[in-house]
Amino acid sequence: MSIVDKQKIVSANTDEGPQELRSRSDLTVSAVLRDVGAVLRMSESEVAAMAEVSGDVGEDQTMIINMGPQHPSTHGVLRLMLELQGETVLRCKPIIGYLHTGMEKTGESLTYMQGGSNVTRMDYLSCFNNELVFSMAVEKLLGIDGDIPERAVWMRMLLSELNRMSSHLMFLATNGMDLGAVSMMLYGWREREEVLRFFQKVTGLRMNHNFIRPGGVAADLPAGWRDDILEILESLPSRLEEYDILMTGQPIWRQRLQGVGVITAHEALALGLTGPILRSTGVAWDLRRDMPYLHYDQLEFDVIVGSYGDSYDRYSIRFNEIRESMRIVYQILEAMPQGDYRIQNKKVTPPPRARIDESMEALIHHFKIFTEGFKVPEGEVYTAIESPRGEIGCYIVSDGSAKPYRIHVRAPSFVNIQALPHMMRGGLIADAVAIISSVDPVLGEVDR
Amino acid sequence: MSEVETSVEQTVQQLYGCAMSQAFGQDVLFVPRDRYVEVIKSLFNDGFDVCIDLTGVDYLELPHRKVAEGVTAERFEVVVGLLSMTSHRRIRIRVQIPEADAVLPTLFYLHPGTEAHEREIFDMFGIVFEGHPDPTRILMPEDWDGHPLRKDYDRGEIPVQFKGAPS
Amino acid sequence: MGLARDVLDDGLGGMHHNFMTGRIEDLVKWSRSRSSWGATFGLACCAIEMMGTGASHYDLSRFGMEVFRASPRQADIMIVAGRVSQKMAPVLRQVYDQMMEPKWVISMGVCASTGGMFNNYAIVQGVDQIVPVDVYAPGCPPTPETLIHAIETLHQLIEDGEIMRRRVVNNGGAKVELSLTNIAAPVTIAIGTK
Repeated sequence: MSIVDKQKIVSANTDEGPQELRSRSDLTVSAVLRDVGAVLRMSESEVAAMAEVSGDVGEDQTMIINMGPQHPSTHGVLRLMLELQGETVLRCKPIIGYLHTGMEKTGESLTYMQGGSNVTRMDYLSCFNNELVFSMAVEKLLGIDGDIPERAVWMRMLLSELNRMSSHLMFLATNGMDLGAVSMMLYGWREREEVLRFFQKVTGLRMNHNFIRPGGVAADLPAGWRDDILEILESLPSRLEEYDILMTGQPIWRQRLQGVGVITAHEALALGLTGPILRSTGVAWDLRRDMPYLHYDQLEFDVIVGSYGDSYDRYSIRFNEIRESMRIVYQILEAMPQGDYRIQNKKVTPPPRARIDESMEALIHHFKIFTEGFKVPEGEVYTAIESPRGEIGCYIVSDGSAKPYRIHVRAPSFVNIQALPHMMRGGLIADAVAIISSVDPVLGEVDR
Repeated sequence: MSEVETSVEQTVQQLYGCAMSQAFGQDVLFVPRDRYVEVIKSLFNDGFDVCIDLTGVDYLELPHRKVAEGVTAERFEVVVGLLSMTSHRRIRIRVQIPEADAVLPTLFYLHPGTEAHEREIFDMFGIVFEGHPDPTRILMPEDWDGHPLRKDYDRGEIPVQFKGAPS
Repeated sequence: MGLARDVLDDGLGGMHHNFMTGRIEDLVKWSRSRSSWGATFGLACCAIEMMGTGASHYDLSRFGMEVFRASPRQADIMIVAGRVSQKMAPVLRQVYDQMMEPKWVISMGVCASTGGMFNNYAIVQGVDQIVPVDVYAPGCPPTPETLIHAIETLHQLIEDGEIMRRRVVNNGGAKVELSLTNIAAPVTIAIGTK
C-alpha cells in the first residue's frame, strides 16, 4: 500500500452496508476502533455461509477465500478467512484453536516442578522464557524471589538471551523463506543449530527443556561453557553482516516489506500489542529496561525502536535485537559469579543426588518433592517478562496445595494476532504472507 | 481524582470507592460488577491505558478464599490486568461474577485488544460478555458442548494401562 | 534383483555391464523409497525439529526428501509433527484423503503417537485414531537423528515391500477402509462424543 494512491476508495457491499476504506490519516480514533470491531464481527458460521457466494468475481463482487490451517507459510496452524476484491484484501479474520492443547487445564493437575514442562511447550521457540516467567511467579508466591542465588539469576539471563537470539534467527529464517529468499532458511537454521547445540550441552535437550525451575535452574553449567559461547558469539557478527547484505541490501526485499502492514502507535496500544510490533511503531517499551526483572538493570543494552510501524521495521528490530542480545551475553560472560545454581531451601529444591545415599532426610525430601510436590501458600500473582514476541505473563492462583489452582499465561502472540486484520486491510494478498511473518506468531502460545 | 495511598502494610485501601489490597507488591482492586466499566474508564483516564490481560477463574472449589472486606465471593472471577506505561505500574482488577447470572459488560469499545480474551473466557468458562461484536467460541470447535476450564468439567483423561501392572 | 542389487550395494562400481535387469516391482519400490516427498503437516514443536532436519546440518535431501510439498496431491509421506487437537482432526483426515496412493504416514513425536503428555479433552490421543500410521517416532520432540531414523525405517519398509503387503492384509489398520480404487469425497467422521 506504499506506492499505491491512498485516496483510492474500495467499497464492498456486505451485510453491514457499504464499507469504505479511507486512508489512515483521515481516520479518527473512534472510527478506527469501530473499524477493528467491524472486521471481526462475523461468526464462523456466517462466514461459511457467505463463502458459497463466490464464483465469478464481478465488478462489485468480493470473494471469500480460506487460507490454512495447513499451508506452506511455516507459522503453524493459523487459519485466515480473507475477503478479497481482486487482489486487495478487504477483511481478514484469523481463526485459531487448531492447536488448543488444554495446557491451562493440564497445568492444574501437574505439580509446580512439573509445571515448567507444560508451560515450556506453549511458545516452543523461546522455551526458556516460558519457564522463566512461570518460575518467577511461583517464587513470588513462595516468597523466595529475593533469595535466588546470584549464579542462578545470571544463568537464567544467559539462557534467556541466547533463546532470544535463537528465536530471532528462526524469525529471519522463516521470514526469508516466506518472502522467497529460501536460502535464508538454511542460513538461519545453521546459526540456530549452534545455539541449540549449546542448549543440548547445558540442559540435555534442544527444545522444551524444563530447565529453569522454581528455586533456580536444574543443573550447573558444564565445563568449557565459556568457550562454547565465545565460539558462537565470534562467528555470528560476520554472518549477520552477510545476511544483512543478502536481505536488507536487496531492493526486492525492501519493496516487499516497506510500507506493508503499517500500524500506528495508538492502534498498537489500543490492541494491547507488545514486543517488536509495538516498538516498530515508535513506542520504546521493553520490560527488560522499563520494569526490569532479574538483573537486567545492571546491564547495558539498547532498546531498538522503529519509526514507520511497517514490516520492514519489525524485521530490522528483530535483526538488531540479535546484536543487542550478543552484547548482553558478553556482559553476562564477564559477570557470571560462582555459587549455587539453585536455592538451598530444602522444601523447594531436591537435594543433590549424592546426599540421598547418606541421609535419610535427604531421601525423604527428594521423594516428597518429586512425588507430591512442594506446597505453595495461598495467593495469586501475575509476573511478566519480555519474551522475543512481547510481554509474556503468568497468572497463578494457588490454593495452598502442591498443584496450582489456576494457571493462566498471557501469551503475546494471542494478542498480537488481533493486529492481523488491521494490518492486512487494504493490502494485497501477496502481502498477507509477509504480514503474518512479520508479526511472528507462535501458534502454540496462541492456542495453548 | 485518584486517592491512592501507597502504604507498605497490607491494609485495605480505597480507590474510586472500591476495595483495594496488595498482592506481592501489586495493587489489586475489587470492583463490583455494576461499576466495572466506569472504574476501568477512570483508570484509563488516569494513565492505565493498556489492557494487558483479561482472564477468568472458577472458584468452585475455593469458595472461602480471601477477598477484600465488603466483597462477597462468587463462583467466577474475571481478572483484568492494566498497565501504565508512563508510570511503569500495573494494577489488577478482580470482578466477582455469580454463577446464576454469568454476564459482564464488554471492554471492547474501550480496549479493542480484549476482543480475543473475552471470546476465550466465554469459550472456557461460559461467561457472556454483553456488547461484544463476535461472541463465539475461539479455541474449541464451534459446536462444542461445555466450558472446559470450569472445575466441574472433566479433564477428559483416558486411563493408561500398563501391561505389567497388577490389575 | 540380480544386477540391480550390485548397483544398489556398490553404486557405479557394481555395474559390470552397461545394462541391468531386475523385476519391475523391485525397481519401483526402490525408486519410491529414494524419492519420497513429504507433505508439510507441522503443527507444533515437532515441526520445528522437522524443519531442522530439513535444514543443512541434518540434511534430509540426501535421503531423497528434497522438498516438502505443500499440496497433499504431490506428496508421498505425511509426517504428522505435533499435537493434533479436536479442531484439527477433520483437517488432518481431509489432507490425508487428498494424498495420492501410495502414501505413508510417520507419526512424529509422542503427541502424535499417543497424545503425549497431554492426556486431556483437547488432544486426540494418538493420530492413529484418524489415519493409519506406518512408523512412530517417539521423543518430545524427537531429535533430528530420531526423525531420520524413522524416515529411513520407512524407506526400508517401502523398499522391502513390507508395507504394501501388510496394508492389504490388515485392511489399512486403524479400523479404516482403504479403497485403492477411488477416493472421491472426504470421509466424514465424528470426532469426540461430547
